[in-house]
Amino acid sequence: MFEQGMYELLAKGIVESLYMTVSSTLFAYIFGLPLGVLLCVTDSGGIFPIPIINKVFGFLINLLRSVPFLILLVFILPFTRMIIGTTIGSTATIVPLVVASTPFVARMVESSLKEVGSGVIEAAQSMGSSVFQIIYKVLIPEAKPSLLIGGAIAITTILGYSAMAGFVGGGGLGAIAVNYGYYRYQQNVMTVTVLLLVIVVQVFQEVGTRVARLSDKRAN
Amino acid sequence: MIRLRHLTKTFETSQGDIEVLRDVSLDINAGEIFGIIGLSGAGKSTLIRCINFLEKPTDGEIIFDGMNMGDLSRKELLNVRQSMGMIFQSFNLLSQRTALKNILYPLEIANVPSEDALERAKELLGIVGLSDKANAYPSQLSGGQQQRVAIARALATNPKVLLCDEVTSALDPNTTSSILQLLQNINRTFKVTIVVITHEMKVIEQICTQVAVINEGKIVETGNVKDVFLRPQSEIAKQLILPKGSEIHNMIGKRCLRIIFDGNSAFEPIISNMALECRAVVNILYANTKIIDNKAFGEMLLQLPDDDMSIERILAYLDDKEIYYKEEEMNV
Repeated sequence: MFEQGMYELLAKGIVESLYMTVSSTLFAYIFGLPLGVLLCVTDSGGIFPIPIINKVFGFLINLLRSVPFLILLVFILPFTRMIIGTTIGSTATIVPLVVASTPFVARMVESSLKEVGSGVIEAAQSMGSSVFQIIYKVLIPEAKPSLLIGGAIAITTILGYSAMAGFVGGGGLGAIAVNYGYYRYQQNVMTVTVLLLVIVVQVFQEVGTRVARLSDKRAN
Repeated sequence: MIRLRHLTKTFETSQGDIEVLRDVSLDINAGEIFGIIGLSGAGKSTLIRCINFLEKPTDGEIIFDGMNMGDLSRKELLNVRQSMGMIFQSFNLLSQRTALKNILYPLEIANVPSEDALERAKELLGIVGLSDKANAYPSQLSGGQQQRVAIARALATNPKVLLCDEVTSALDPNTTSSILQLLQNINRTFKVTIVVITHEMKVIEQICTQVAVINEGKIVETGNVKDVFLRPQSEIAKQLILPKGSEIHNMIGKRCLRIIFDGNSAFEPIISNMALECRAVVNILYANTKIIDNKAFGEMLLQLPDDDMSIERILAYLDDKEIYYKEEEMNV
């Protein structure tokens, strides 16, 4: 179907895509999880309301989320160069991916944590739990299934973003689709990369949903 | 044990301030089962939450075990809360933890070494009769079982006080009785002071020694359960004690007697024996009784015969049997 070398290229593309997606998701959660907790806890109905902090961070997050990813990616190129030393390749793409997905992850975490019933939180408070204990012993464990579903959504969204980065020198399957399928009119390469992306998304989503369901102790 | 002094709580809302509690003062003594009864919206939930400072009162004082709750630092408050257990209408168990691990939670908070904690948690499961459910998740337990786990959890840190917020309202009558019985046993065995809020008279009847009636944020009546039952002063207490009061008034002819069974009399057919011994016929207008532990609880409204002789015999008989009664004033 393809000339020699294309298979290797595609294989490398998959690995690069997975590398970008998984490491970006990891970093996005390293920053986004505490941020989401902060948003939930400092909310006016939260366990430690600080309306000013909540408003400031809420505004910053909305600001970042309102910039389309492709624009953001170009906009922060100087920042990317400062951190990684280059703006081309998979590793360089991780920076804009993390910047774009952290606010998204923070909002997802916030909404998962807000699903935890106020009664359970009240019970924990009545037993003398500190704010910090409520966060890591009640909010996060109780919201775990919802957080895992959010994680599956985040990772598939980030995979989609990573493919877009192919247009401005990113790596992975997106770059192959752009460079071979789009610029060189190799329709079969385009089709195969799209199929591969679809499969990867399906796998992530399916695994995420299943793990979430298995971890949930509410309904057998 | 707990003293409430001139407690006021006002909630600020967009529609203006709402006064939920107005000048509430109460004394709850160690070892009591203290009931607070009122209709929904009377402020009982806010009141019980003020005791452990889940709600901060707008004004007034709460003295618990000699400490003024309002003067405590945040850290001290968290420590004090460990000596006050609380259980809820909706159980509020951690859904992702097993029954055993739910009971371990307060012990983790109190930094109890894990081996001791595990031993204590197992012991508590035994006390509430759920030793075989240690590894069950709340979703696998019935409402009554979940409330038992919640009770075990609340008792884990050996609290001096157990606060019960409408704990039987989500349960069926049989389960309600068994939960109330468990609470009573706990009160007796571990000398835990229990504060119960409820809108159901039967809860007060079955376990409380003292009762306060709350209406529109104010305590309108307080005293021991027997006295309040026999001589309800306030309109609202009369409503709660005689839920079908208005109907009864229509049926009553002349003199009536209200009899209270408070569980002190071992169950025997009092009314039949009375009729036989006094050779007097009475008409039962209203009755609401139940048998717990082979003892009768509840009340009965009797229409007395017309002649004064029979009435005197009946009263003498009841006095002799140490049955509480009160003659009702009739409005024809």
